Amino acid sequence: MLLPRRLVSGIQHIGHRVIEGVWRLGVASRFFILVLLKSGTSLRRFNLVIRELYFTGVLSLIIIVVSGLFVGMVLGLQGYETLQKYGSESAVGTLVALSLVRELGPVVAALLFASRAGSAITAEIGLMKATEQLAAMGMMAVDPIARVVAPRFWSGVISMPFLAAIFSVMGVFGGYLVTVVFIGVDEGSYWSQMQSAVDFRFDIMNGFIKSCYFGVAVTAIAVFEGYDAPPTAEGVSGATTRTVVTSSLVILGLDFILTAFMFRGVS
Amino acid sequence: MTSENLIEISGLNFSYDTRAILKGIDMTMQRGKVIAIMGGSGSGKTTLLRLIGGTIQPTSGYVKFAGKVVHELDRDALFKLRRKMGMLFQFGALFTDLSVFDNVAFQMREHTNLPESMIRDLVLMKLHAVGLRGAQHLMPNELSGGMARRVALARSIALDPMLIMYDEPFTGLDPISLSVIGNLIRRLTDALGMTSIVVTHDVQESLKIVDYVYFIADGVIAAEGTPKEVRESVAPFVHQFVHGEEDGPVPFHYPAQSYRKDLNLENALA
Repeated sequence: MLLPRRLVSGIQHIGHRVIEGVWRLGVASRFFILVLLKSGTSLRRFNLVIRELYFTGVLSLIIIVVSGLFVGMVLGLQGYETLQKYGSESAVGTLVALSLVRELGPVVAALLFASRAGSAITAEIGLMKATEQLAAMGMMAVDPIARVVAPRFWSGVISMPFLAAIFSVMGVFGGYLVTVVFIGVDEGSYWSQMQSAVDFRFDIMNGFIKSCYFGVAVTAIAVFEGYDAPPTAEGVSGATTRTVVTSSLVILGLDFILTAFMFRGVS
Repeated sequence: MTSENLIEISGLNFSYDTRAILKGIDMTMQRGKVIAIMGGSGSGKTTLLRLIGGTIQPTSGYVKFAGKVVHELDRDALFKLRRKMGMLFQFGALFTDLSVFDNVAFQMREHTNLPESMIRDLVLMKLHAVGLRGAQHLMPNELSGGMARRVALARSIALDPMLIMYDEPFTGLDPISLSVIGNLIRRLTDALGMTSIVVTHDVQESLKIVDYVYFIADGVIAAEGTPKEVRESVAPFVHQFVHGEEDGPVPFHYPAQSYRKDLNLENALA
């Protein structure tokens, strides 16, 4: 009849966490809608977004370019090692390109973007809150969501697909460097097999659509965590960590769902 | 209810959850005056400023600013009203990504369509008023605490408000910066015909510049009066506060069980 006390409190604890999680999800959703509704200023005064594009997009370029290059080089190396066993090393270009355009480009670029730009957005907004800059803005009759949050959100949404595309291009180039230049795979077959196997609609567009979803997810999480951060040093650092962890999990989860919808039945 | 009063506060109550912060505050603040609100840490002074600015809603009672009840306004009307208010935050709250010049120009650019040449002249005039025209190109992280607060002051008078609220403007300043800020508050109030509310616990500095003082303790107005009345007051709380006495109506010790009991000395000596 009587459940042990510890079991009851354990169940209570789980229930508490679930309710808290659902509640927080609701707050985040409302905040997301609010950001969208207040995006008018960002679109009218586009220079606000352009300024943020520099910080989120341009400053992320270096990590994206270098990582893309190395991921492509590793793919080329591993792909060549496996394919040559079956005498089909000329297909290595196809392997590199399809892996990058469909999966690795959007996903790894988004993971890097979350840790480079997402964390910076969270920390900046969180610190602005902690140092009362957002409150001061509100007292000056300027809405901080319209003036601070929305431009950062849109800058992330815009730069993510470009960064993913650059990542893929650099990866293809990295694969080329390793397999064609260093190992000596035939250059013509590297490019021509890639050209015939990669479909613009199915592969490139689907990769692009994925990266758009990731851009929205990562920046929405980053701005929400920053705006919602407790206004203390500890609060901001916790929020920055949560941005990276949550975005990474959301990217991987979303990727699975999107892949299931996009590539089902496509050879 | 004369038009002389810029702010009228009546029966104002405010609670966080169930904890009452302010309990039935009544105040009137005349135009052109510097009013100090004093009280210990956590007595609800800053909460009062936030209620005047409309960033939080009272549990009951009201704040009337220039004849309008603040918490009954919709968002647009509230934002319109806030353009007539300035607020100086405790550590300035300057926008760290903007230069001194851009900080002061912020509101002009957001709320007016003035040409850039006119904004430049206005910003330089505001900065000149606080003595920092030469610092216009500096970034906030290059300023000392006192300078940052003067820039924030220039920023808060950017649109010539009717009211400026100062949240602990004297905290952490050296004696020179302290009297510079104090004198600026007085001078700007007189020159621009504004009203100033100074929330502070710096008694000596603020008594030099203010016209009227309210003491808040435990969420109620414990005492009020002109600086002269306050200095001469024999009310125990005011006396303790003004003279900074360690013990009095505000006890030195946080409530605790008996000292002897805490040290397990109850039975030690017969």
